[in-house]
Amino acid sequence: MASPQAAPGRTDHTYEVRGLSRVYGDGPAAVHALRGVDLDVPDGELIVVLGASGSGKSTFLNILGGLDRASSGTVMFRGQALHDASDAALTRYRRDHVGFVFQFYNLMPSLTARENVALVTEIARDPMDPGEALALVGLEQRVDHFPSQMSGGEQQRVAIARAIAKRPEVMMCDEPTGALDSRTGVRVLEALQNVNRELGATTFLITHNMSVGDMADRVIVFADGAIRENRVNRKPVRASELSW
Amino acid sequence: MRGAPLGVLDRKVLRDLWRMRGQVFAIALVVAAGVSIQVSMGGLTVSLAETRAAYYERYRFADVWAPAVRAPQPLAETLRALDGVASVETRIIAPVLFELGGEGPPPSGYVQSLPHDGAEPAVNALHLTEGRLPAPGSSDEAVVLDSFAAEHGLAAGQRMTITLAGRRESVTITGVALSPEWIYAIAPGQLAPDPALFGVIWMNEAGVAAATGMSGAFNEASVRLLRGASEPAVRAALDQVLAPYGAAGAYGRRDQVSDAFVTAEIDQMRTMTRLLPPIFLIVAAFLVNIVVSRLVAVEREQIGLLRAFGYTPVQIAGHYLKFASVIAVLGLAAGAAGGAWLGAQMAGMIAEYYHFPFLLFGVDPAGYAVAALLALGAVMLGAAGAVRRAARLEPAEAMRPPAPADYSRGLGAGLARLKGLDHQSRMVLRQLLRFPLRAGLTGLGLAASGALLVCAFYFSDAVEAMVEDYFTLANRHDLSVHLSDPRAMGALDALAERPGVMEIEPFRAEPVRLRFEQREVMTALTGVVDDPRLARLTGPDGETIAPVPGGLVLSRDLADRLGVGPGGTVTAALTRGARPELALQVIATPQTWVGSGAQMRLDDLNRALGDGDVINGAVLRVDADEAAALYAALKDAPGIAGMQFNAEARRTFQAIMDESLGTVIGVFILFASVIALGVAYNAVRVSMAERDRELASLRVMGFSRGDVSYILLAEAALITLIALPAGLAAGALLAWGMSLSMSSDVFRLPFVISPASFAYAGLILVVSVALSGALVRRRIDRLDMVKVLKTRE
Ligand SMILES: Nc1ncnc2c1ncn2[C@@H]1O[C@H](COP(=O)(O)OP(=O)(O)OP(=O)(O)O)[C@@H](O)[C@H]1O
Ligand SMILES: [Mg+2]
Repeated sequence: MASPQAAPGRTDHTYEVRGLSRVYGDGPAAVHALRGVDLDVPDGELIVVLGASGSGKSTFLNILGGLDRASSGTVMFRGQALHDASDAALTRYRRDHVGFVFQFYNLMPSLTARENVALVTEIARDPMDPGEALALVGLEQRVDHFPSQMSGGEQQRVAIARAIAKRPEVMMCDEPTGALDSRTGVRVLEALQNVNRELGATTFLITHNMSVGDMADRVIVFADGAIRENRVNRKPVRASELSW
Repeated sequence: MRGAPLGVLDRKVLRDLWRMRGQVFAIALVVAAGVSIQVSMGGLTVSLAETRAAYYERYRFADVWAPAVRAPQPLAETLRALDGVASVETRIIAPVLFELGGEGPPPSGYVQSLPHDGAEPAVNALHLTEGRLPAPGSSDEAVVLDSFAAEHGLAAGQRMTITLAGRRESVTITGVALSPEWIYAIAPGQLAPDPALFGVIWMNEAGVAAATGMSGAFNEASVRLLRGASEPAVRAALDQVLAPYGAAGAYGRRDQVSDAFVTAEIDQMRTMTRLLPPIFLIVAAFLVNIVVSRLVAVEREQIGLLRAFGYTPVQIAGHYLKFASVIAVLGLAAGAAGGAWLGAQMAGMIAEYYHFPFLLFGVDPAGYAVAALLALGAVMLGAAGAVRRAARLEPAEAMRPPAPADYSRGLGAGLARLKGLDHQSRMVLRQLLRFPLRAGLTGLGLAASGALLVCAFYFSDAVEAMVEDYFTLANRHDLSVHLSDPRAMGALDALAERPGVMEIEPFRAEPVRLRFEQREVMTALTGVVDDPRLARLTGPDGETIAPVPGGLVLSRDLADRLGVGPGGTVTAALTRGARPELALQVIATPQTWVGSGAQMRLDDLNRALGDGDVINGAVLRVDADEAAALYAALKDAPGIAGMQFNAEARRTFQAIMDESLGTVIGVFILFASVIALGVAYNAVRVSMAERDRELASLRVMGFSRGDVSYILLAEAALITLIALPAGLAAGALLAWGMSLSMSSDVFRLPFVISPASFAYAGLILVVSVALSGALVRRRIDRLDMVKVLKTRE
């Protein structure tokens, strides 16, 4: 499978984050969601992000994914500065490089599974076939179903197919199993792991489930807007071996 | 109500209103438009009717007028003794020409005599705005009609020269007055009042009698009836008494020109009041329905929670009704204020043409109450369905999240197989088909707006067609001359030979009562030359419809009033000479948009009346270069009672129509745009609120703002595309209805709509929708992706 091509001047880091802060509001009511985060993210890793509620996980991912902006600090994506990119540049960045999966699947209820995926492949530079993407998440049988005709787990896998169909270099998954039961959750994680292995996309996975950390190449733990722990997992297990 | 001044739920109402202020504002605006029309036009209808009634009562406006040629003064006592008669005033009315200097055509008009003893007239009193009545016994003092005086700068103390019965006289103006008979001071046979060319003066009876040779006689009796008296019976009695004295036939207020115009104005206003506010309020109800339905759908779980806490269904219903009623109240307040202002403006405009001593625009509490009832009713009706759904939600059911929107069934799913459609377009189509009711209501609202717009432009098309038909096609003369008495045909020869007269066509016009079965109309029967070329009745292709021997050409409006068609035989009762009753066969009933016409051959008319080969007027085509000299000469020619100038008439008519219609059209366009804006803005906003997750997801995936806007705005564009032809068609229908209901004795609106009118209407509609799209577009640009996606549906 194609891994991201090397461009001149590129490091083997997907992201280089320095002094990243995010403040909501100002004055005495200001909330410091992130307080000076530093992090290098090597290409192709599957990173599980843990931390208490409100510790800044989503904020961090949203900034890396180009949905939000830093208050201060720098974020470099393969040599491209995201912290001072224009809105249009961020839109392009998301379209070309990033796949998102959210806790709530956010599918278009008016489009079938295939169409939901095709929505992205139409604007991508080098997409896979929507059928192929759905096959990667084990949904080859449900391509013509509408979201209303699918279970939550199936909907989430459509969302993953939609995220991977453009062959993204980065996958951002914010509690993708949060709304699912354990067995369904495992199937979703399998799909994500599969994609990470096959596409080589650097994958972030926020979860409140510590045991998911076992399938990661790296585990990052947030506390109070900072990274408290950054640990490499030498022996990631297969998702199918997880349970909770 | 205990403790906290505002309950939590009430605070929620306020916050919801604030959050949805754009939509609330848009709906309130539509309500306000409806209310302001109701308040202004409804109020004006009542004000006008009441003002007129008070004016007539205070100034003893006549109920019946009985013209004659010459009746002896003592006959007045006989008339007073008639059954049903309350009071009688006799007078002499004679045509006058005014000599006021200045170039251009000379003004003409009437002198009406005042009682000989200097007393107030018992009927048709004057309202002096300046000066005094002529002194008792004076024969060279006159009071001048207010509008005429204002136009010509006449004031008490000035002298002016008039030609009365062929004699030039100098009179002193002693006062300026309004008269209930001349509220709408229009020359007979004219379409619009022109104070420059038409005036009325009042002088003592002795003076007028001496000048006209009517001493000891009168030529008109004006009569007030006893309460409950039968007007037809009194008219018949008057006719009987006056018959030997050349009675032209007594007529009531229905045929009194000024009153007929005031009535038509009131009727038209009433039509508008009945037609327009309902359109706005129905649209407002649609909008409320859409917005409250959406609100209830979103707040299912909150409602369930409240019910679980122990709130009653009535409290839930009350909550949403409060939300709706605030919209109604906002619209009502704005509409009432706007309506009062608009009403005052319109009253001012009306007062320019209709001269009352006082015209106060006022809205009585009942008027506001009706508007309030209508507005609240419409809004509550719009909210009713959604509110009932909210009240009926069971707590357990409500707490369950709603099933995801199901697009798998119906027409929408079929579109999955439609090739060649991109996904965004597919989303647009499926969304439309999934909420057909909402799309339908939105479409209906836009169509209503389109219909109003077409109707607005239709008015000016109709007037243009009317003017073109009457002034260019049917009446091709420049000038018409009326003689004070019938003269031998040869009287025209001198006129025909004057320099500047290019073509001349004599006529004889006589008052007549036409009867068919039980119906009767009063009009003028015109004897015309065999092949009229200048003043014609015309067929649908502009061809002349000339009377044939023994036949009558009757304009459609008169034929309709009589209920007669071609081939029918009507009785024409003439009042001259031997007062013959002719049986005339109707040979054609051509449509006239302006005025009426009853034509027969001049020879036939003269033979029937047996007073020789005579005429009492002529229409002329004149050379523009010689016109001024010709007018000056005609002014001095004996026996000329009055002149009317086609170009002047056209100009004043056009000016009046431009001014009054211009305002109506402006108001129509403004309000129709309000509807379009309100409807389109709401549709797009609701659709956006409903799909913000989808739209945010698209943005997350890297779709640009333009792409996302497309999905939202294409929906509105598509609905507009469908609503547009429907609205234009409905507009044509509305215009057709207007053409039927706005017609009066004086004019009928032809049903013609130019392509340009459709184009303008369409353009305004599209621009309004685009504008609301642009407003919402700004919100799309500010869509907070993170916030939207963080929350559960
Ligand atoms: N739009 C916002 N305005 C103000 N404060 C915010 C906003 N978004 C997040 N925060 C605050 O920033 C902090 C970090 O939020 P974030 O969503 O990143 O936490 P999280 O680690 O993802 O939590 P969870 O596990 O609950 O999702 C929290 O204190 C939160 O209240
Ligand atoms: Mg989070």
